[in-house]
Amino acid sequence: MGKIKAAILGSGNIGTDLMYKLLRSPEIELSLLLGIVPESDGLARARDLGIETSHEGIQYLVDHPEKADIVFDATSAKAHVRHARTLSQLGKVAIDLTPAARGPFVVPSVNLDFQLSAHNVNLITCGGQATIPMVAAVNRVAPVEYAEIVATISSKSAGPGTRQNIDEFTHTTARGLVEVGGAARGKAIIILNPADPPIMMRDTVYCRVQECDEAAITDSVKRMVEAVQSYVPGYRLKAGPLFEKDQFGWKVTIMVEVTGAGDYLPSYAGNLDIMTAAAVAVGEKFARHIREKQKEVANVG
Amino acid sequence: MSANASKGKIFLTDMTCRDGMHPMQHSLTPAQMAKIVGGLAEAGVPTIEVSHGDGLGGSSFQYGFAAASDREYLAAVAPVLGKSELSVLLLPGIGTKPDLEMAVEYGATVARIATHVTEADISEQHIQLSKKLGMRTVGFLMMSHMGSPEKIAEQGKLMESYGADVVYVTDSAGALIPDTVKARVSALRNAVSCAIGYHAHNNLGLAIGNSLAAIEEGATHIDGTLCGLGAGAGNAQTEILVAVLDKMGYETGVDLFKVMDVAEDVVTPLMLRPQIIDRAALTIGYAGVYSSFLLFAKRAAEKYGLEARDILLEVGRRGAVGGQEDLIVDVALQLARQKQAQNPEPAGVR
Repeated sequence: MGKIKAAILGSGNIGTDLMYKLLRSPEIELSLLLGIVPESDGLARARDLGIETSHEGIQYLVDHPEKADIVFDATSAKAHVRHARTLSQLGKVAIDLTPAARGPFVVPSVNLDFQLSAHNVNLITCGGQATIPMVAAVNRVAPVEYAEIVATISSKSAGPGTRQNIDEFTHTTARGLVEVGGAARGKAIIILNPADPPIMMRDTVYCRVQECDEAAITDSVKRMVEAVQSYVPGYRLKAGPLFEKDQFGWKVTIMVEVTGAGDYLPSYAGNLDIMTAAAVAVGEKFARHIREKQKEVANVG
Repeated sequence: MSANASKGKIFLTDMTCRDGMHPMQHSLTPAQMAKIVGGLAEAGVPTIEVSHGDGLGGSSFQYGFAAASDREYLAAVAPVLGKSELSVLLLPGIGTKPDLEMAVEYGATVARIATHVTEADISEQHIQLSKKLGMRTVGFLMMSHMGSPEKIAEQGKLMESYGADVVYVTDSAGALIPDTVKARVSALRNAVSCAIGYHAHNNLGLAIGNSLAAIEEGATHIDGTLCGLGAGAGNAQTEILVAVLDKMGYETGVDLFKVMDVAEDVVTPLMLRPQIIDRAALTIGYAGVYSSFLLFAKRAAEKYGLEARDILLEVGRRGAVGGQEDLIVDVALQLARQKQAQNPEPAGVR
């Protein structure tokens, strides 16, 4: 049996970057790029690559439901709320790259195995994808009472959606630190830096723990960095883990940097790259799952 | 007080219990704040700002945990405000809309929404919410020295379009000099019809002088702190602003002797160190680095055997913006590695 067909909703920066990544996938065949702006650069690029496009958005999929089993939504939180309902009615797997947070949160290196029963999964935020694995890495060795992350991204890589909804970033990321990272409490901070040339995405993770086996935490963090690197090659441990003790316990500090693969946006847009790379990892997992189910059905038949 | 004919009103905001939290390492207690705020209100300071140094929601590993929650501070000062207005600071990306709603419940009537000088568009939701909550709303363009006068005009216009009643040129690094203050205030004045404010840091010893330069170009809202207590070398000293503005014939409505008494009798005894321009603070002004990096750089310097000045210069070279305190440790680690590579002394030989 061949690849599983997938569509991308949204032909902006994220959708277009995701398109290039899916073209390399051994599991997924990108069958459609759906936008709503006929003259968008993303749709033009898709047509040049021989990918079917439409500027009718999700309606095109409603009219041609056989064209995709998996749908990546790279539109906006507001649009996804509407799309989620339609995709569920069509029986499609929805992988949500917006901060709509309708379905359960997924971070491929942390909880990919637990999400296969869901029909709508959410990728949290770029800051969440970069930092939650580190919190989970600490938490599996020493329970994290409080996790705090600071994501600094280049101004150029923050689109109007992020800018107008900056609170959604902090709220959704903080929730992810708890629900997926395993921390008892979470806080997220985002900073936009306009330096030119643009800075790489950098994230600092602070964890409050009481027991502190430095060697075990360091080893766990390094293993987790490798796990993330398997789908985000530009992910790298910049500093730490650093250990400091104060009157309230131990503070573990970890700094990571994300260099983008440069598929559509330049390498400084590591924040977009980590989202699209995570989406591909999640999509491929679903694709394998769908193929197995198809095989079972075929065997029974 | 002054016999001079009035040249007009200047609206002072005292931020001893906000910017002053930086040198206090956010350790002021609600009771201490209530005493300071009570004194300021008694002296007739029209607007008094209370928050973590990095605004609502700022209590964190990244910026330092405050001795109490935002809620506890606001609740403590609310009963002693008298006729003064209570202001809170909020940096989108750190604080969120629910923080603002909470502050209103405790009687805050002024919200100052702060962004880096080029990033005004992240303040739209917060400025709109603040207006909806009926607050006087101030747009705060931080690190103003990093934006050209044209940029400030453009970004100030955005904040005004979202609903800001006042837009500030905020010299977070204390890096501006009178000419560059004037260029920014005048560009803003030509671009917006709302009121204009100026916020100084004293890293180059120009906090009062720059405030006067801003007033000369039409700024009517000026920030200060008692004893100058604030990030870096501190801010324009409120009691000095009151005295100087009075001598110049501006009305502030503040009682000079009362305000100088609060400074010396209440604030001075609480201070952890004198508010001076030492070499690290001067470096901040000279290199144009966020003033609250001062203590973080000093701590990292001590920990990794470096000079705070070298860390601050490198952080400046990398174009750090406000809030990037985590970059200081990152840079210090790199400098320490470089130092060791150049001079591989065995440990303990020194």
